[in-house]
Formats: sequence, structure tokens, C-alpha cells
Amino acid sequence: MRNLHVLSPGLQTTVQDRGRSGWRHLGVTHAGALDADAARLANRLVGNHADAAVLELTLRGPTLRFDAPARIALTGAVASARFDGERVPSGRPVDLPAGTLEIGSLRGGARAWLAIDAGIDVAPVLGSRSTDLRGGFGGLHGRALRAGDVVPLGAGFAQQIATPRAPAWWIDHAHDTDQPIRYCPSAHPVASALARRGWTVSASSNRQGLRLQGDALPSPGGDGVSEPVAPGTIQLPSDGCPILLLADAQTVGGYAKLGHVIAADLPRLAQCVPGQPLHFAPVDAATAHRLACAARARIARIGVMIDARLPAI
Amino acid sequence: MNPRPACDIEALADDAWLLRFGDRIDPELNAAVHAMAARLRALDPPWLRDVVPAFASLGVFFDADEDPARVHARLLTLVEELEAAPEVIASEGVIEIPVLYGGEHGPDLESSAAELGLSPQALIERHAAGDYTVAMIGFAPGFPYLSGLDPALALPRLATPRASVAAGSVAIGGAQTGIYPRESPGGWRVLGRTPWVLFDPSREPPARLQPGDRMRFVAIDADEFARLVDVQEAAP
Repeated sequence: MRNLHVLSPGLQTTVQDRGRSGWRHLGVTHAGALDADAARLANRLVGNHADAAVLELTLRGPTLRFDAPARIALTGAVASARFDGERVPSGRPVDLPAGTLEIGSLRGGARAWLAIDAGIDVAPVLGSRSTDLRGGFGGLHGRALRAGDVVPLGAGFAQQIATPRAPAWWIDHAHDTDQPIRYCPSAHPVASALARRGWTVSASSNRQGLRLQGDALPSPGGDGVSEPVAPGTIQLPSDGCPILLLADAQTVGGYAKLGHVIAADLPRLAQCVPGQPLHFAPVDAATAHRLACAARARIARIGVMIDARLPAI
Repeated sequence: MNPRPACDIEALADDAWLLRFGDRIDPELNAAVHAMAARLRALDPPWLRDVVPAFASLGVFFDADEDPARVHARLLTLVEELEAAPEVIASEGVIEIPVLYGGEHGPDLESSAAELGLSPQALIERHAAGDYTVAMIGFAPGFPYLSGLDPALALPRLATPRASVAAGSVAIGGAQTGIYPRESPGGWRVLGRTPWVLFDPSREPPARLQPGDRMRFVAIDADEFARLVDVQEAAP
């Protein structure tokens, strides 16, 4: 039995997989990795199936002691990771002996994903190993990791090695950070005004939603009748500052809706750090669909490239 | 039979459509939502991922690999079929939720009764006399929004929400009544508490109440409350 021992938990480290489907009618959020593609590629790099549970790291990563050898991969924002003092690169499979991995601060984004061969072996709840932070279930005890936690790993990598080793190649699926976030506007009268103002990401953002600050939009007074919402929904509360819902979004909400961020740009929202400027561009539904298909094809191509190289290491 | 309310379909996400039957809290609109939800669940097309009923609208989440235009066309056909031949949903009976009203479990019973000009006993009887429907579940896992509250029992929320409301608390907030499935902060007026656990993700099904269910409250005493807590803890 392999375990991860949490020496320090980082800012917010949670167990995530592709999230929960089929329970939204009971108020259960989707959860899951905020960038499902990045988590999928991390799994691919260590030979896991796409739905294996990984760790999602936020701004500052954890320090973890492996009590047995493991193959790991980091994707997303660049981590300044070290294993017993030696630098551990991102974007490729890295074989580690038993020892301590110190991930440290993330650069160029807010989140990274750490996959470990055979996955995080917590019990699935309602069909998923993802942590539901608001519901308090799933993942490890329904909460973010804490110092002293012991995280069970699946049975996997058995090779005895003395020092970390990694191939010379890596994958880079970084997002264009300068491009506007594309959204499909709703019929709400100020839906198009969102794209005409600049915004900054508020520090009170979390996995439930990104709060924006800026020149407030004209807003209806009270809340409307609650309707279903989804990751990507752009809400307009009465203070006129929009909220972009993310994977931990509640299932229904009463705020006015300005539209939704397109699926192809949802992973970019995972990397927004407090204070970062953000601007928007409207697109139509056909464009959103075309971009989503292109994004899926790109991830599939990277996956095939990884599979072709894995046997050689 | 009344004609079905018309319904608009708009994009909720790249992988979800929103069917809007109206924009107000109305039992007839809510019944149309639940009829459409039942129809979709019965058909269970392979692209269906989630069906989310709300007061007057229905979220339909589909497989992201599916062409949204095809799903839209299919939903449009279903809406037209339901408008042409409304289904009468067979009632599956009324779920009874036991409640111990007042005392430590219902800290707002007396002040609420005084505000409404009723005796505490009269407030209990009128609250328990209601025939409620689970209009939707949301806010938190298993939190039921119930329609059917006697309008004369509407109460403003607490000026300062409580930092902690016990799991199972039965409360009134505005013109609505509901049950807190889990200990949480809350501003509704707490009249009592049910010993039932409303949401437990380790059970199948995880929630005692489903959207569209009919239910009523049954007043119980402290002995019965303790007995039901024991029964539930002994359950597998």
C-alpha cells in the first residue's frame, strides 16, 4: 500500500477527477479539476486513464512525502518543484524514489495538477473522487488537504530507483493569456456591455466563482426567480460586478445572467490570479462549438504524442 | 386540461440548454417543469447528463461531444409533443417529514407566532396542515425549496443571519418554507427540526426528497424525535 504523507498542505490542495454528473437535480455541484484538459494530460503522462483522481494545487503547492517510488507529472501553471533538493520539471513524466517532493509557488497562473501513477485511491462518492468543498464530501474527508493527512495511492510503479529521472521532452499546452475571454451573450440588456469594459480578478475568488472588479454595470435591483446555472455562467449581482461561475458553482441561482464563457475558454479561468486584468469578447454559439471541437482535437493530438513517447522511457 | 405554458429554449452553457417556462413562482409552471423533466428522464437519451428542475425553468446538460444544435432540435420536438399531449404525472403519494416544533430545536417559533398574531400551537398546526411540493432542490445538496406555504405564514428573514443552523431545521424564509439538510449559516426563521437526515451522499438515493415530490410535515414530540434519531442511526 503506497501513501502520500502531507507535510505541508499548500494554499488549497484538493483531490479532483472529471467531476460528478447526474446529481445536479439534488443540488450537488459538478466539482472536478478546474482545467479538465490539464488534469487529463497529467494522467496521460503517468499512464493513467483520463478519469483518475489527481491533486489540484492553488498558488502555493504542498510538500509531500512519498513512502514508495512513484511516477508523477505536473501540468498547468509552472511549479518550482524540488525532490530532496533536486529540481523536478513540469509537463513530463518524472520517476521518483521514496522521498519528499516540495512543490512551492506556482508561476504564470493560479493552478497546477499533480498526477501520480495509478491515481489517488480515495473512495468514489456519487460516482466521483472529486472533493465537494461546499457539500463536505468526496476527495479526502470532503475538504482540502491538511498537514498530517495520509493520502492513499493506487498500487502502481514498482521500480526501485536511486534518484529522480525524467525524459528530455515535455508538453506545453499553455493558454494565450493576452486574448480576451470569449462568451456567448444572453438577451440581458447589458450583456454586450461586459465586453466594452476592462475588469480585474478580485481576491475573493475561489473554485465556486471568479469575482470581477471594475466600473460596475447597471444592474437590476432585486434577484429574479432562481434558475439553473452552470460552470461558465456570467452572473450580475446587484452591485454590478460580474461573477464567472466555475466548477464548484451552486446548481441554481437568482442573479441576472449575462451569458456564458465558452467551453474552450473555461480552462483559462482556472489560471486567473487576483489582480489580473481580464477582458471579454462576444462570440456566437456556432463559433463556441467550433472552438470547443478544435480544443478537444488539440488535446487528443497531444495525448497521442505522449502515448507514442511513453514506451521509450 | 389547461394548455401547457409555452417554453423558450436558450443557451445555458456550451453543453447545456435552459428551457424557460416562465419567470415567476407558480405551481402550474413548476408542474410543467417537472413533467418535462420526467419525460426526459424516461426517454434517457444517450447524450443526457443532468436534468435540473427549478421553479419555472429546466436545465438540460448534455455530453460535450454532442452537437448542441441536434440536442436543441430534439428538445424542441419534446416540448411540442408535451404541449400537444400533456402527461398527467401519476402521484406517488405524499412523503411525511416528522418535525419536533419549538423548544431548542425551533428557536424562532414563539417570536414568529407573535409576529403573525398567532399562538405557537396555531402556527404549528397551520404549517403542518400545508400540502407542499418540492419545487426544486438547490443552494446546498439536498436543500428543498417547497411550494405550498400558506401565504399568511410568510415571514421576513432574520436581520442578522445565524452563524449556524442545525441540520434538519425546518424554517420559513419570506413566502417559502424549507429544511436545512446540513449544519450551515442561515437567515430563515427556524420553527422546528426533523430527525431525518435529508441528504447523505453515501446512501442510495442520497436525498430523501426528489424534485417534484409532494410532502407534508407531521408534528412529533421529543420522545418520538429521540426514537427516530435512534432508528436512523441503526439503519445500514
